[in-house]
Amino acid sequence: MTSSSRPAAGGRSLADRLPDALFPKLSGPAIVGLFIAIFLGGFLIFPVLQVIYVAFQDPGSGALTLRNFGDFFATSLFRESFVNSFYVSAMSVVFATLIALPLAYITTRFNFGGAMIVQSLGFIPLIMPPFVGAVAMQLIFGRNGTVNLLLREHFGFTIPFMDGLNGVILVQSIHYFPFILINLSTSLRNIDRSMEEAAQNLGSHGMRLFRKIVFPLAMPGYIAGAVLVFIKVFDDLGTPLLLNVNNMLAPQAYLRITSVGISDPMGYVISVILVAFSVLSLWASFLVMRGKDYATVQKGGGGLARRDLKTREKVLAYGAVALILLLVLSPHIGLLLLSLGTVWSYAPLPDGYTLQNYVTMWENSQQYIANTLLYAGLAALGDVIIGTAIAYIVLRTGIWGRKGLDYLATAALAVPGVVLGIGYLRSFQGIDVPFVGEPLASWWVIIAIALMIRRLPYALRACMAALQQVSHALEEAAENLGASKTRTIRRIVIPLMMGGILAGFVTSFATAAVELSATIMLVSSDADSPLAYGIYLFMQTPSGRGAGAALGIVAVVIVGLGTLLSQIIIDRDKKLKTQSGDH
Amino acid sequence: MTTEMVGIEIEDLHLAFGKTKVLTGVNLTIEPGEFFAFLGPSGSGKSTLLRSIAGFGPQPEGHIRIGGKDVVDLPPWKRNVGMVFQSYALWPHLSVRENVAFGLKERKMPSSEIGPRVAAALDLVGLKHLAERMPNQLSGGQQQRIALARTVVVEPKVLLLDEPLSNLDASLRVQMRRELLALQRKLGLTTIFVTHDQEEANTTSDRMAVLDGGVIQQIGTPQTLYDTPENLFVASFLGTANILEGKVERDGGDIRFVAGTGDKLLLSSEADGTGAIVLRPQNIAISEKPDADTLSGRILHREFLGSQIRYIVQAAGTEMVVDQGHKAGEAGYLPETDVHLKVNTQSAVWIPQ
Repeated sequence: MTSSSRPAAGGRSLADRLPDALFPKLSGPAIVGLFIAIFLGGFLIFPVLQVIYVAFQDPGSGALTLRNFGDFFATSLFRESFVNSFYVSAMSVVFATLIALPLAYITTRFNFGGAMIVQSLGFIPLIMPPFVGAVAMQLIFGRNGTVNLLLREHFGFTIPFMDGLNGVILVQSIHYFPFILINLSTSLRNIDRSMEEAAQNLGSHGMRLFRKIVFPLAMPGYIAGAVLVFIKVFDDLGTPLLLNVNNMLAPQAYLRITSVGISDPMGYVISVILVAFSVLSLWASFLVMRGKDYATVQKGGGGLARRDLKTREKVLAYGAVALILLLVLSPHIGLLLLSLGTVWSYAPLPDGYTLQNYVTMWENSQQYIANTLLYAGLAALGDVIIGTAIAYIVLRTGIWGRKGLDYLATAALAVPGVVLGIGYLRSFQGIDVPFVGEPLASWWVIIAIALMIRRLPYALRACMAALQQVSHALEEAAENLGASKTRTIRRIVIPLMMGGILAGFVTSFATAAVELSATIMLVSSDADSPLAYGIYLFMQTPSGRGAGAALGIVAVVIVGLGTLLSQIIIDRDKKLKTQSGDH
Repeated sequence: MTTEMVGIEIEDLHLAFGKTKVLTGVNLTIEPGEFFAFLGPSGSGKSTLLRSIAGFGPQPEGHIRIGGKDVVDLPPWKRNVGMVFQSYALWPHLSVRENVAFGLKERKMPSSEIGPRVAAALDLVGLKHLAERMPNQLSGGQQQRIALARTVVVEPKVLLLDEPLSNLDASLRVQMRRELLALQRKLGLTTIFVTHDQEEANTTSDRMAVLDGGVIQQIGTPQTLYDTPENLFVASFLGTANILEGKVERDGGDIRFVAGTGDKLLLSSEADGTGAIVLRPQNIAISEKPDADTLSGRILHREFLGSQIRYIVQAAGTEMVVDQGHKAGEAGYLPETDVHLKVNTQSAVWIPQ
């Protein structure tokens, strides 16, 4: 704790004290903290408040009013969009649960060969932006897609997997189920074996045991995952847009702003509803989980008791897992086929195979790729710098309001990309960047800033975790040997945090590289477009789909490599730390 | 809440985790109503043995009969043996009442009966007033009692306690072990108690089995095991033991133990061949004068323990531990003193190799 020692005020005149009051001497970290607070205020809080303010403002007179909300609910399209968004989010949670629950249960509860593979394959959907998979899903599960063509040919019926809202639900649940899988598996692994054995000892077994003991104990993890899925789907813009499903909230907001104009209040009303729902869901989940920290693993405990499968169960389990994984990987398989195919239309598989799409993609997309590397690189760099600074201020200093800085940065979680985009357009349209001669809202740097704000919560958590692992005694040892605070940070703290910081950088970079919902609002010219927007443009025309898919594969490779790299960094870091701990 | 007392017979039980043998040829009979302890160091297989009686862990080979009925092929939920877990395993999402009622509900008991039974069980452990609490609002000792109530409420045939006191602090441990014993006597439940703490086993159990390396080393009352250990492991695991290796010489009617160093001790019981003798520290007296059949030695250090003084004496080629009672005013011996050790050969135990 550093507390500023204040000299006794007695005996000094007001004139002596005035300069101190006007220009208080701030420590280095406090100045950095202040800059971060101003930055976040300007690029996160102000735009969002602006959006909320406009939503309550009469477009004509500028007076505060609830009329816009009245208009919203009086319009049948908006009512329908609202209901649809809710329905799609809820159903996505249901289907994501149907996918995640068996995978989590089978891999944690039984001695299941390949449990590791299943758990890692479960992550694969996350390394693909959902809207990229949407087109591929259309070709596999659409009305004239592979599955339905085969069904019609052999059984004479089709299933409307991808029709309208169904398509959004299918794509979203396949993409976001890993959130439930990861959280639920962790929860299940944290249940001490004795919890289950005590129930068996008292006469319980099978499904009853699962329903009454195991699942309730895993509930906190499940809810954490389910809420995340709900919010992500509710806020997502890219997938419905690409599937041409416009009667949902996020696409409506986008379309109102891009077609009717920046002054149309409906886009803002929708934004307020999106933010309110994100906050409400997080709050509701917080209420439900309060006081329910069920991590029960004790010393000597070994997680949920694993059981051997009987032959019949084994066949069933492997069958179910194979089917689910096939479904989960279908966007990737479809995308790969599409990128390598010549023509793929009204046929179960492409007519022929070629690399031409990659050539076309390369000729047309170098600018997109270069832009993406630039934006995502800048965003990720900014994220880890701000993240490290906030982590240090929160964990190592006693600066007033330091917790607020953490909350401020984390608040970005509750702001959908489309809302941030609208907020930037509205707030920065009138501000010209000096020497560039462009409004801030359409300058390319604003895209990088939007990505930075959007990814900051994740990078911040990575940096916090990294700093928490650095024992305070290591810093004190350096100071004891004569190193100043600044030198200690540079020579001891940062190097020890490096693993976590790098992992945060790579994750931020990879996910920022494929973000669409904020960027789509802010891209003002093709020359400034990042890869995600490029894919969106390609996918608008049937002839561009092949090249778009090729670009999609590039996106998947970038995110995949990024994820792999951050995993390797984290593992290596962990190994290093445990080794040094042993000796 | 009294049940018909049943015995437990374990016959030629073998168990392995993969290729690692954990239990080898366990044979054991526990009498109805007996308080029986499994004592051993960690990794000795005592918990594994207890868990296989409850039906947990890999399927063992051999027989486990409870009240004459072989349960080895039954799943845990059909055995009706009550187990109290080391971690208590109270379900954190259920209240105390719901925890205790769980087993009765599983037995499809009408709720009009469940209420009084739960109340009686909570009364038995003296925690009736905590019925509506959640487990995380209870202290360690309270959790322990609730876990016990949850187990005995279903009237199991036998009660299995897996290191039940290890998570309590020292003062509570003594109190809880007395309560456990009182409860066991009251219910008349055949009980097995797993512990690595010999004091716990000695103070509670009617009989106990000492395990090491998955093999039962000896079975008997605590006193029998202490006074007449059958092997060196039991001798040194229970209390402190001086072990001298050597051989037996016969000289007319006399049976003499000859240590490797040539030191000789007259034995009072039958012995033969090579082996070792076990001498407890309190059965050796220190004198300043040599005698027939004394061992000469030199005091290395002394530890003042209050009621006695413990001396470490270099004698018979080893460092022997010798305890002498202490009375007020007695100075005892100082280190570096040459002394002679007079062994009470009545108490020496001969363990042939």
